Order: sequence, then structure tokens, then C-alpha cells
Amino acid sequence: MSETALRTVDVSCVFEVSQGFMKGTKPLRAVNGVSLNIPKGRVVGLVGESGCGKSTMANILLGLQKPTSGDVMSGDSLYYGQQTGYLDRKKIARRIQPIFQDPYSSLNPTKTIHSIVCLPLRIHNIGDPSKWDKKVYDILDLVGLPKRVAQSYPSQMSGGQRQRVAIARALIMKPEVVICDEPTSALDVSVQSQILNLLQDLRQELGLTYLLISHNLAVVEHMADRVAVMYLGRIVEEADANTLFDDPRHPYTKALLGSVLTPDPSLGVPDTHLGTVFPNPIDPPSGCSFHPRCSECMDICSKKAPKPSVEGGRMIECHRYQTNEAEVA
Amino acid sequence: MSGDNILEVQNLKVDIPVTAGMLHPVRGVSFTVARGETLCIVGESGCGKSLTSLALMGLLPKTAIRTADRMDFLGQDIRDFKERRMAALRGVKMAMIFQEPMTSLNPAYTIGNQLMEVYRRHISKNGSEARARAIFLLEKVGISAAASRLSQYPHQLSGGLRQRVMIAMSLMCGPDLIIADEPTTALDVTIQAQILHLLAELQDEFEMGMILITHDLGVVARVADQVQVMYAGTTVEEGPCQAVFDNPLHPYTAGLLRCIPVPGKAKRGSKLGSVPGIVPNLVGDLQGCMFRNRCAHASSICETLSGEPTRIDDGHAFTCRLTPEEAAKTAAVQGVA
Repeated sequence: MSETALRTVDVSCVFEVSQGFMKGTKPLRAVNGVSLNIPKGRVVGLVGESGCGKSTMANILLGLQKPTSGDVMSGDSLYYGQQTGYLDRKKIARRIQPIFQDPYSSLNPTKTIHSIVCLPLRIHNIGDPSKWDKKVYDILDLVGLPKRVAQSYPSQMSGGQRQRVAIARALIMKPEVVICDEPTSALDVSVQSQILNLLQDLRQELGLTYLLISHNLAVVEHMADRVAVMYLGRIVEEADANTLFDDPRHPYTKALLGSVLTPDPSLGVPDTHLGTVFPNPIDPPSGCSFHPRCSECMDICSKKAPKPSVEGGRMIECHRYQTNEAEVA
Repeated sequence: MSGDNILEVQNLKVDIPVTAGMLHPVRGVSFTVARGETLCIVGESGCGKSLTSLALMGLLPKTAIRTADRMDFLGQDIRDFKERRMAALRGVKMAMIFQEPMTSLNPAYTIGNQLMEVYRRHISKNGSEARARAIFLLEKVGISAAASRLSQYPHQLSGGLRQRVMIAMSLMCGPDLIIADEPTTALDVTIQAQILHLLAELQDEFEMGMILITHDLGVVARVADQVQVMYAGTTVEEGPCQAVFDNPLHPYTAGLLRCIPVPGKAKRGSKLGSVPGIVPNLVGDLQGCMFRNRCAHASSICETLSGEPTRIDDGHAFTCRLTPEEAAKTAAVQGVA
């Protein structure tokens, strides 16, 4: 495996959720012992349903949320061996930048595009202020926006253009890792494909590393080299994109893949067998947290949590595949 | 036109006066919906698909002007219906499911209260009857412990459950036509599949017609009987679902289909197709094909094109200067490239 850009080791994030007046709090394990490796120059996809902790992961990696336990390590190229959780936010921001989901709410409506894109340079006081203008125009050009938009306001732009501005703002810091949190889910399909193409081009041109967070598996399959599937705060399966999409093992991965609607009229609406009950993260099910919804549930699943087993480049947390491995071993 | 059509619309137009002039968001769409049939209206934001549905329901903003050559619902001409007669139809004979289950339920009232309201208003004042109907329908849409849910508030339910409540609410009076405006856009993929499943089942059971409005071609392909592709207020292509997806003729339809990554088909990391440019401004006098500024096959003819659709077999039609053979060829060539 190539150099690591960003790595989390057993990261957990617990929120104390109030149960009402005088009833105290209960812990909500939004992220529960996640170890994720993001190799340099690659695209890692993180998929899962809403509420599974993907966005909390993004916030932890961005330094916006302190993990309750565990380490966030930056590889050799970043702050070697240091825990970014304890680093200055500014230092993190110079190397890791986000692109958020909703370009309508992530841009300040009272500022011009120029001022939005230039803001990181001003805050971090990078380079000579007289050259900032040129830098802004260069980056706007890079993301395919004409110069004239620099003086307009976000409200004057379409969704696709705004997302380009968000990308420009992320890239002006020349970051090494870009965390894309649902970058295209607020956009139309024709615009989505433009933004995905742009992200691909920029990655090749600038040698960027992406963490692509999405619930759209078709997008992740198209972009990612490696994919991690998250369920209720844990990564339940992680493998190279080819392996994962050709041969999904975990029942949850199978269900997710099965519910992708490809534009093929000869197929009906798939039945995911997932049931309607999404478990309460404050009071997760015993044993394997997926077992109440699992179509391949066994006796042991409700009693004992599965341990991660690694086989080749694939990590999986499921009792079905643990027994296999034990037999092989 | 066969007898079992519950809705027939011809040349529906919506005009809205704005400061810059007259906005023409819907510029002559025609369709029919038969009992038990699903019509999907697909297009990007701003193409007029939501306004079309609001125009049907009579829910347009006060300033908007609606005209149509024909709007027959269950054999009645509803063009000149006054608000009171429309109100008697809405929720009873035609019901709507909105996109955002988070915002379309009133947070200050219980689920039961909101479900029963429509029934008590239109069908019967009898509270226990309404309650029985609400419980029956909540169970139908797959909500467990339905009776206890009636006293819950919307914030106590997840997004998927709220959308199920919305669906149950639309069914309270046994409508003949359901208009679903992006019913699954705000939901997870797994929940989306479940909700679409549910809609199809209920539609079979209650023999309703359905108009499903969406921008997701994946959803369209899986649930539609008939498809209308809208662009800038007009229908650019229409026809049976299979025909439209197998043989997309309008450059816009073909372009949209190339935009979506399809697992197993598109090579990973390869370029996706795209439809360059943005939707045109629909204010003022509009002439010719509105797609011409984004179209790779535009020529001078497109500026004056009448917008009369070219019909081929089985109701498959498209509005373009290209002949069906040319269109099929260009769509295929781009598909490979």
C-alpha cells in the first residue's frame, strides 16, 4: 500500500444525549472504534445510511470535532505521528479542506465570490496580499468559472456554480486531503456529472487525496479506489472498490448495493429485506448491531459482537465470514 | 382516448407575471393518466415539473395564470372549478405526497390528528371511524404499533416513517389519483426502495393512477409505465418507459442518461457524459427549441422550430428537428464515445 495521507486509529466519538429534565444523559456512540486508512493520492469512499456516523467522521478528520478516544494520525507528508485532534485548527485547515453537501447554505450570502474564495488566504496570511487576486482568478479558472463571477454574490449563481465556488475555496489552500461530504447530492444529474468530472480532473492535476462521503453508491463506485461501509458507528466492511462491488460479502453491503436504482426498466423496484426499523443509536441492539435487520442472521449474532477479520485487502465484521476464516486457518 | 383515463390534460400552460416580464414556466404539456397507471414526469430543477403538479391541484400562487385546452378529471372539466369545488376534490379524489416529509407535516399536531383531519372534513365527522381508517392505513404502509403512533408527533419519527405517514394521509379518502412530487429524494437509498415498493403495492391494491415527479432516472426506470421528459416547460420526449430508455431520441434525454454513473457499465474513473450549459431564462417571448443552446446538434432551424412532436410507434414521441433515424444514430454514437 502506498503512503498514508490520513489515518484514524480506533477513533470513537460519544455524545451525551439528554433524556429530559432531571433524567440525566445517555451516551450516543456516533463513531465507535473506527480505524480508517486514507492512502495518499487515492479516493476512499465512505458509505452508509443517514445517522451511521459518516458526517461525524468527517468532522473529526477536519478537526471540527474532538474524538472522545483514539488517534487521528497524519501520514509522513502531514504532521508526522501527531494527533491532529490536539493540533491547532488552523494547522489542520492548511492541509485538510472540506467540500460540504449543500452549496446553498455553505456559502456566506453577504460576501462576494472573490471574498469567499480569498478568505482562507487572508486568515492564514499566505503569501503576498498583492498576489491574492491572481491566485483567486487562477483557482476560479481551474474549477471552470469565468472571471466575471468574482464580483457576484452566491444568490446570483446556480447550484452547480456554487458547488464550484465551494471547491475553489477548498483548493486555494492547496490542501493534500479534501473531505467531500455528499458533494453532489443537492445537485441535478447533469450538474452532478459535471462536478464529478471536475473532481476527477483536479485529482489528477493536483495529486489530491479524497475522502468521498456519500449515500449514493453509484457515485462512490464510479469515483473511489477503496470503499468503507459504515453502519451505526462502525465500519462493517472495507475493501478495494473492485472487490467490494464485484463480490460484496456483508449482508448490509449487499442490501445497500441491491437498493441502487440503475436506469434499467426491465428490473422492478428491488426488495432490500431490511425492515423498517432503524435501530436507536442510544440503545443499540445486542451483539452485532445489524442483526435485527439482517436477512442472514444466525443465533450467535444477537449475543456476541463480531470481531473484524482481515483477509487479503478486505476487512469485514460479520459472524458468517469469521467462521469461514477460522475453518481456513 | 380510452374510457379508463382518469386524467386528460391538453396544452397546459402556466404564466407568472414577474417584474422582468411574463415568466412561462410551463408551456404546453399534454398527458393522460389511466387507472392503475404510473406516469413519471422527469426533468431537472426549473423545468416546470412541480408547477405542472400544482396547476393540476389548483394550488398555484394567486398571481399565476393557468390555461389549458383540456383538463378532464374523472370526466369532469376542472378548468373552471372555483376554489370551493377544487377543495372538495383535493385530498378526496386527488391527493398529493410532497418531497420533504420533515416540513410537510405540522410539528405542533399529532400524527393521528393530521391523519384524521382530512377524513373528518371530507367524509364523515365520526371520530372513531376516522381513527379506524387511520390505523388501518398506517398498518397498510408498514408502520408497526399503529394505534400508539397516532398520539406521536412528527419529530418522534424518522424520515422514512414520516414519508409513510404522508402516504397514509394521502390515502385517507381513497383517492383516484395520487401526485407524488419527489417522494423519495430526501430519503436513504434503502428506504427509497422500500417506499417505492410500497407505492407500487398500494397503487395496485387501490387501483389508483399515479403521477410521479422526480429527477432521478433510476427511479423512473423502475416504476414508470409512461414517461414524460420535461425541459424548460415543455415535453421534449414522451412514451412508454421501456421505449424511452431503450431508445432515447431527444438529445436531452440521451444526455441525461449518459450523466449518471451506472455500476458495472461505465468504467471506473472514466469521464461521465455531461449536458453543458444551464437552463435558459423563461421570461418573455420564447421561440424555437429551448434546448438549442446546450445541444450538440443545434442548427439554425432550431431557432424557429414549432415544437410539434415527431410521433413514432406506440405513443413514443419527441420534439426535435432530427428525424427518428438521425436521432437514434446520434444518441447511439454519443453513448459509445
